[in-house]
Amino acid sequence: MKNLELINQIEAYIRGELSQEERVAFEKLRCEDAAVDQLVVEHQEWMNLMAAYGERQRLQHAMDLIHEQIDVHALKNELMPASVKVFQLWKKVRLQVAVAASVAIIAVLSTLIFSGHLAENLTGYSALRREINNIKRSQSDLAKNITKKSKGPVNPGEFGGTAFALSSNGYMVTNYHVIKDADSLYIQNASGDSYKVKTVYVEPEYDIAVLQIVDPEFVSLGKLPYTFKKSTSDLGEDVFTLGYPRDEPVYGKGYLSSRTGFDGDTVAYQVSIPVNPGNSGGPLLDNKGNVIGIISGKQTRTDGAAFAVKSNYLLQTLKEIPQKELERDLAINKKNTLAKLNRTEQIKKMQDYVFMVRVY
Amino acid sequence: MKDKINSSIPADNEIILGIRNGSKTSLDRLYRAYFPMILQLVISNNGNEDDAKDIFQESVIVLYNKVKAGDFELNSKLKTYIYAVCRRLWLKKLNHQSRFTNTAHVFEDIEEVELDVEAHETQNRQFQQMRSALSELGEPCKTIIEEFYLHNKSMQEICEQFGYTNADNAKTQKYKCLQRLKKLFFKSEN
Repeated sequence: MKNLELINQIEAYIRGELSQEERVAFEKLRCEDAAVDQLVVEHQEWMNLMAAYGERQRLQHAMDLIHEQIDVHALKNELMPASVKVFQLWKKVRLQVAVAASVAIIAVLSTLIFSGHLAENLTGYSALRREINNIKRSQSDLAKNITKKSKGPVNPGEFGGTAFALSSNGYMVTNYHVIKDADSLYIQNASGDSYKVKTVYVEPEYDIAVLQIVDPEFVSLGKLPYTFKKSTSDLGEDVFTLGYPRDEPVYGKGYLSSRTGFDGDTVAYQVSIPVNPGNSGGPLLDNKGNVIGIISGKQTRTDGAAFAVKSNYLLQTLKEIPQKELERDLAINKKNTLAKLNRTEQIKKMQDYVFMVRVY
Repeated sequence: MKDKINSSIPADNEIILGIRNGSKTSLDRLYRAYFPMILQLVISNNGNEDDAKDIFQESVIVLYNKVKAGDFELNSKLKTYIYAVCRRLWLKKLNHQSRFTNTAHVFEDIEEVELDVEAHETQNRQFQQMRSALSELGEPCKTIIEEFYLHNKSMQEICEQFGYTNADNAKTQKYKCLQRLKKLFFKSEN
């Protein structure tokens, strides 16, 4: 076991455990024998490595002890302000949040699209065309058939609105949105007389449509009681309307609340008046019996905000109708017979000139 | 003077002197003074508390090695040095874990700490080999070797600890253990 002895000697030499004589003897051996010298160097390196390893372990251990004394959690809370923690949280969950949000958006949009809600109501403006409840209507039609011979078609039509006379020879005005996509059109007055009408002219920009009675049974409406106002009406003016949100004429009273319509639309007034689907196309009259507008729609999410196309746009539209479209003369009535009457008398006189529109 | 010692940020040269002398107090103060900074650094960069602990302790080891080797020149603040080392170590770790994809950013600033960090990593690999070699060695060899070489105990103490009646028996045992350890260590190195 020569090596064992040698190693022990080297270790003792390196650790300085040799006596003076032993050390001198060993150094002499080292000088003479290169192999021994080599071994000394190698072993020295090895021992250094192991000592460093021990040193590292001690340091690590000491640090672990210190670390245990530190309340890392409290320190973390102290160091990271809430906003940073929120940010960290956000960084962790943003993918999930993004997925969830997309799903929610898709679900909401598809629901809106499939229910048809989006197309009509995204703007908050709803045109007051009435979708007639087929079953109810046909029942009441049957009842009418028993009591009275109907001149019009029994089929109640798919949509409804209101129209009113422009002249005694059978020109009518209503909203464009009431009669668009129509196959055929009929109007019916309060006493149940029904006439076939055709579209003469439309102005989608103002939401105005001019109709003409083409029924052979039609003779004349008689002299119109109301006139059309050329100028703009004032805020606060009392107004009223007559329309067909159901099968009977319905009177509504309100006041002019703004000179502009939905979203600042200068073509229309804002009117505070109770209106419902079916009122579209109805006349809006002031106290003196002047038509100042045509009821056209209302804002769905605001109370008491209905809109009416101004009468001067109606008159402007009438002027633009090409002469060849008009079979008869379209003479606007200039003599008002409503001005001095009270409201019930006014309505009674009006009634025969306001019609329900049925769209097929 | 007392105030100065108790202040939360110890003076750099005191710490360095303490490291050179192996002072436990210096280590304690160093740890408490700079760990929060590194905790903040790591946590705000996709890490957790344990990552911060590992990174910070490694940086302290790097500092210790440099100071003990005697080539530590305080040309920047100690705080800056530790921060730089930790930043480098953490970026490397992130890069390694591929949690950090912006590699261009990692290499754009080759700092002065790069050499220190690399030396530290080499040493870490060696120590890792040593650790596995020692654990493969088994008892009682492991303890004998650790007591003698790592903890610098004398053969006399080891004899008493293990109940060897004869110091020569203990020396023979230790020699055999050492040979086996070297074999294991160099085997794993190659």
